[in-house]
Amino acid sequence: MVENRHHQLGLSDETVLEMYRMMVLTRRLDERMWVLNRAGKIAFVISGQGHEAAQIGAAFALDRTKDYCLPYYRDLGVVLSFGMTAKEIMLNAFGKAEDPNSGGRQMPAHFSQRKNRIVTHSSPVTTQVPHAAGFALAAKLENKDFVTFVSFGEGSSNQGDFHEGANFSGVHKLPVIFFCENNGYAISVPLEKQLASKRVADRASGYGMPGFTIDGTDPLEVYRVVKAARDRAVRGEGPTLIEVLVHRLTSHSSDDDERSYRDPEEIKKIREFDPIRKFNHYLRSVHLLDDDLENKLEEEIARIVDEATEYAEKAPYPAPETMEKFVYKEEGDV
Amino acid sequence: MPVVSYIEAVNMALEEEMKQDPKVFILGEDVGVKGGVFKATAGLYEKFGENRVIDTPLTESAIVGVAIGAAMYGLRPVSEIQFADFIMPAVNQIISEAARIRYRSNNDWQCPIVIRAPYGGGVHGGLYHSQSVEAIFANQPGLKIVMPSTPYDAKGLLKAAIRDDDPVLFFEHKRAYRLLKGEVPEEDYVIPIGKADVKREGDDVTVITYGLCVHLAMEAARKLIAEGISVHILDLRTVYPLDQEAIIKAAEKTGKVLLVTEDNKEGSVMSEVAAIIAEHALFDLDAPIKRLCGPDVPAMPYAPTLEKHFLINTEKIERAIRELAEF
Repeated sequence: MVENRHHQLGLSDETVLEMYRMMVLTRRLDERMWVLNRAGKIAFVISGQGHEAAQIGAAFALDRTKDYCLPYYRDLGVVLSFGMTAKEIMLNAFGKAEDPNSGGRQMPAHFSQRKNRIVTHSSPVTTQVPHAAGFALAAKLENKDFVTFVSFGEGSSNQGDFHEGANFSGVHKLPVIFFCENNGYAISVPLEKQLASKRVADRASGYGMPGFTIDGTDPLEVYRVVKAARDRAVRGEGPTLIEVLVHRLTSHSSDDDERSYRDPEEIKKIREFDPIRKFNHYLRSVHLLDDDLENKLEEEIARIVDEATEYAEKAPYPAPETMEKFVYKEEGDV
Repeated sequence: MPVVSYIEAVNMALEEEMKQDPKVFILGEDVGVKGGVFKATAGLYEKFGENRVIDTPLTESAIVGVAIGAAMYGLRPVSEIQFADFIMPAVNQIISEAARIRYRSNNDWQCPIVIRAPYGGGVHGGLYHSQSVEAIFANQPGLKIVMPSTPYDAKGLLKAAIRDDDPVLFFEHKRAYRLLKGEVPEEDYVIPIGKADVKREGDDVTVITYGLCVHLAMEAARKLIAEGISVHILDLRTVYPLDQEAIIKAAEKTGKVLLVTEDNKEGSVMSEVAAIIAEHALFDLDAPIKRLCGPDVPAMPYAPTLEKHFLINTEKIERAIRELAEF
């Protein structure tokens, strides 16, 4: 008999199926964007393929009705879990006026949506880490019980802003979860040329917080650890640094070719760690998923992705004269 | 009406805004228990407690970055950078983040922060406690840069900055802190950001300047009355975005324009003021535009002889006005 791990975590059958569905939706949307890029329809795509279990395991451990997330560009699974729709992702990919992330102003995958508490970010990496400390400081000053979740890559954990934000949060015992998605590469530069310490999580001790390194291809393990970090934050015990080990299943972006710096054997081998296939096996082993249900789910998602693509492709671009709007607050805005 | 120093006016503005809006809080190095190295936040820690007057770690990027996060949430942070020279580690947060948050989110998020920093020389501060840094930020749409010249303006402009829904850099001349005193009402008032102020009407030469140099120019103008030279003075108050209309009007008034800043000459705020005048008022000019600025050396040296040589003073302004009047 296979151990039912999700019941032990207090997760219902329904919820784990929803997690799986979200992982597949994230993957299929991501794959579609690559197709659109190679077909010359969208200029850029940057991927979270291989990170889905980590992102969705984490997002489901948060309170998605009140927590704030400060994602980075690979976090498609996080923002979808926080309420952004497939249609909105495609509007973003095409740079259309209706894109809620930036109205076509930013490159794709620069996420933002205030109504879902997804905080705007830029391209220079790790600037969002001190912002997360700021949101968490606001929670403390206003006596609110929300938690702030901030994510970034392992290369970003070298930036000064990571260290300044982590230290500030540690000193003030702020309710923040630092979530490092370590896929082993900062574009082309491997981990051993990025970190002097063995693990990103080792850095936590310098900032008075616990640090964990966990398997980021297992959504249930990520859920467990993020949930514990959230509980700790709500109890007023301060921040936690969680490093999830994941694999980057694509090149860095559509403008990169990983074959120039990555061993072909490695590229082949990491497919074995596909988190979606792994979770699929688990769900089958506990009899929650079979071929019928999987086919139904794939069909439903294919339809969602098709409709989103079609809608976004037809949607209008921003009018040129709107370029000068919103440099400053405008008269009549509230 | 009480007569207070420039730094007391800053302190009054902070206290009044913290009283009237519980969302206003201060963060920075030494701002709490010590009340700031210049004492701009003196007494506020005692009045409002350690949650609203926060002594931060020694990290400028976080002093600004944390404020940006809190501001996006809906609070009204006032960050203090101990010396304007030390703002450099926070430039990425100010330019890549604060300045672009409204624009890049298509008006979904906003970033109402104020960053206060003492600038300027004349206090034996050497290269890294004397600089004027406004030009670094003065071509970044999304930011506002305010540089008050009197205690009255310091209070009214700082209150306006705190209430503003966009990021404001608020540079206070550190030599003005205790040098300048003036009448400041105890009542609530704000001075609009983005509007220049005619400090003095005159007919012969126009001086356009800001910050402590306004005080020096006013002294020069008083002395030149005896020589029959009538000086018109425009205080920019906000150096970014510039009040173009007021600049053009002031230039047209006399047709002879002297631009004064303590910053290095090349690429200073005054370079942009000169360009505005050249673009819009060239045919109203009776003399070439003249700039009186700091020299193009990296920063102000420490030795008293060198520091004095770098700085703008009343005599230098008088001489420049006289030259223009005689042109």
